[in-house]
Amino acid sequence: MIGLDKAGVRRGPRWIFSDVSFRLETGRILAVLGPNGRGKTTLIKALAGLVPLSAGRRIAPPVIGYVSQSIGADIPYRALDVVVMGRALGLGLFGAPGATDYRAAHAALELVGARDFAERPFDRLSGGERQIVLLARALATGSPALVLDEPASALDLANQDRLLRVLKDVKRQGRHAILFSTHLPQHALSVSDEALLMLSASEHAIGPTTTALNEGDLTRLYGLAVRRVTLDLDGSAPIDTVVPLFAGAAP
Amino acid sequence: MSLATTTDETPQRRAIPRWAGALAILTLLLAAALTALCVGRFQIAPLKAIAILLSRVAPLSADWSVMDERIILLVRAPRVLLAALCGAGLAAGGAALQGVFRNPLVAPQILGVSPGAAFGGALAISLGLDGFALIGAAFGFGAFALLLVGCLARVEGRSDTVMLVLTGVVIGALFAALVSLLQFVADPNSSLPAIIFWLMGSFSAATWARVGVAAPGVLIGMATLWLLRFRIDVLSLGEEEARALGLPVERDRWLVFAAVALIEGAAVAVAGVVGWVGLVVPHAARLLVGADQRALLPVSAALGAAYLLLVDSLARSVTAAEIPLGVITALMGAPAFAALLRQTRRKELGA
Repeated sequence: MIGLDKAGVRRGPRWIFSDVSFRLETGRILAVLGPNGRGKTTLIKALAGLVPLSAGRRIAPPVIGYVSQSIGADIPYRALDVVVMGRALGLGLFGAPGATDYRAAHAALELVGARDFAERPFDRLSGGERQIVLLARALATGSPALVLDEPASALDLANQDRLLRVLKDVKRQGRHAILFSTHLPQHALSVSDEALLMLSASEHAIGPTTTALNEGDLTRLYGLAVRRVTLDLDGSAPIDTVVPLFAGAAP
Repeated sequence: MSLATTTDETPQRRAIPRWAGALAILTLLLAAALTALCVGRFQIAPLKAIAILLSRVAPLSADWSVMDERIILLVRAPRVLLAALCGAGLAAGGAALQGVFRNPLVAPQILGVSPGAAFGGALAISLGLDGFALIGAAFGFGAFALLLVGCLARVEGRSDTVMLVLTGVVIGALFAALVSLLQFVADPNSSLPAIIFWLMGSFSAATWARVGVAAPGVLIGMATLWLLRFRIDVLSLGEEEARALGLPVERDRWLVFAAVALIEGAAVAVAGVVGWVGLVVPHAARLLVGADQRALLPVSAALGAAYLLLVDSLARSVTAAEIPLGVITALMGAPAFAALLRQTRRKELGA
């Protein structure tokens, strides 16, 4: 389980965010939405223990599977070696990874569908491939919590789909609480159970995704008219989508 | 999702197998050691040198002169060991620092340790001290310089790598100025030449006692780096990533620095300032085996030892008088480093 309790982060006199409370159980996904500069990244870093809280409390296991927004350092290690570094804390100060750790790393790569990357140098992978490998590293930590900062930001549509499928797969195993931030409400609608909307520094809406992502709150969140539309597809259940009316919608 | 598929490890694009590479490097090291044992003003045949060494552990009939035996056992053997120890330590320290700083231009002297140690040694010489007092002063001031760097680089409880490098440069410049001051006031007939020759580096004063002084520092430092090998790999991801993986980055980094300072202090104390080894050798090693410390540390150490042995052999065989080590390492190191840099860059751009 992972969560925040009346948490806030202040920089100087300004609160980046305040009074955020939620609890996320294992086997569930929470999506964090908010416009640029609203503090999504700070919230995620605070949750990962990388930014100290100015107020409130953080509920988290000792190590968190964290994937930052940047696509990782330009290091010439094999992708497999990058993934195995997720095991560092458990190995102790003088430890080096052994067969078990490499098995865990392989399993994590397998889970995210990146088995073929294992032997390739990390700095030769594309942004999207790195994002997937770093997700594998987060899984390899063995942490019951995954915290992902805009994991889809560098990905094209096909890779976004792949990432969301991986998140669904991981969720289905029921061993992780997964939190991710995104700019696309559609991502939240397709995989997450709950959504957190950062409406302002101190005002947040949290609830089941389908109700939290209502037209009113989304429109307010982004300062742009947003419509919820239901698509009827042949032979499957109707699909909820979110359509932002960019540039006044009609050409 | 199953583990069954994890066994099909694709073979690495390594041209030569691991054992062959290790064997080649080991052969190079032994050849360098044997060369260093045999050459000099007084040449000794390799087989004879080996026989003399073996005679200490096995009953061999002596067909060599007392002079030969003395030179090998009392002069050359400690010198070879000392050069190998210092070379291995400096190169391994350089490899570790380049990993921690994520910067291939970092060498052991960057943390201010060797300028500090140089000042300590120069101070001891100008006070008329010699032997263990000199070694102690060099080592003490080296550690003191590191401590200064550590305190000054710490702002609001944290010290990032850029701040550390810059502070290291500042403290290094400070101690370099102090060394100049000492040279300025030193007696031009006695202590000034002594300071200058000591600073240029030499193994000519090698004795078993000095090996005994340097060995613990260098070996403990190298063993610590080896134990920390995987931590250094994780640190090389950068501060935030390492912290996100749950590591106490600050503490781990200082452990590495302390180990390097121990090596550097011990090496400067017995051999003077021998630059470039910790910068050039890890680069060559990285070209051979990649950046992973688990392979890089031992290969750097072996290459560093071989390199310094060959440099020392050159130092005492090229001319009648011994050329200072620091001069040769710089003369060889600078062009070699330029070539390596170009090679590395080309490798980065290509493929």
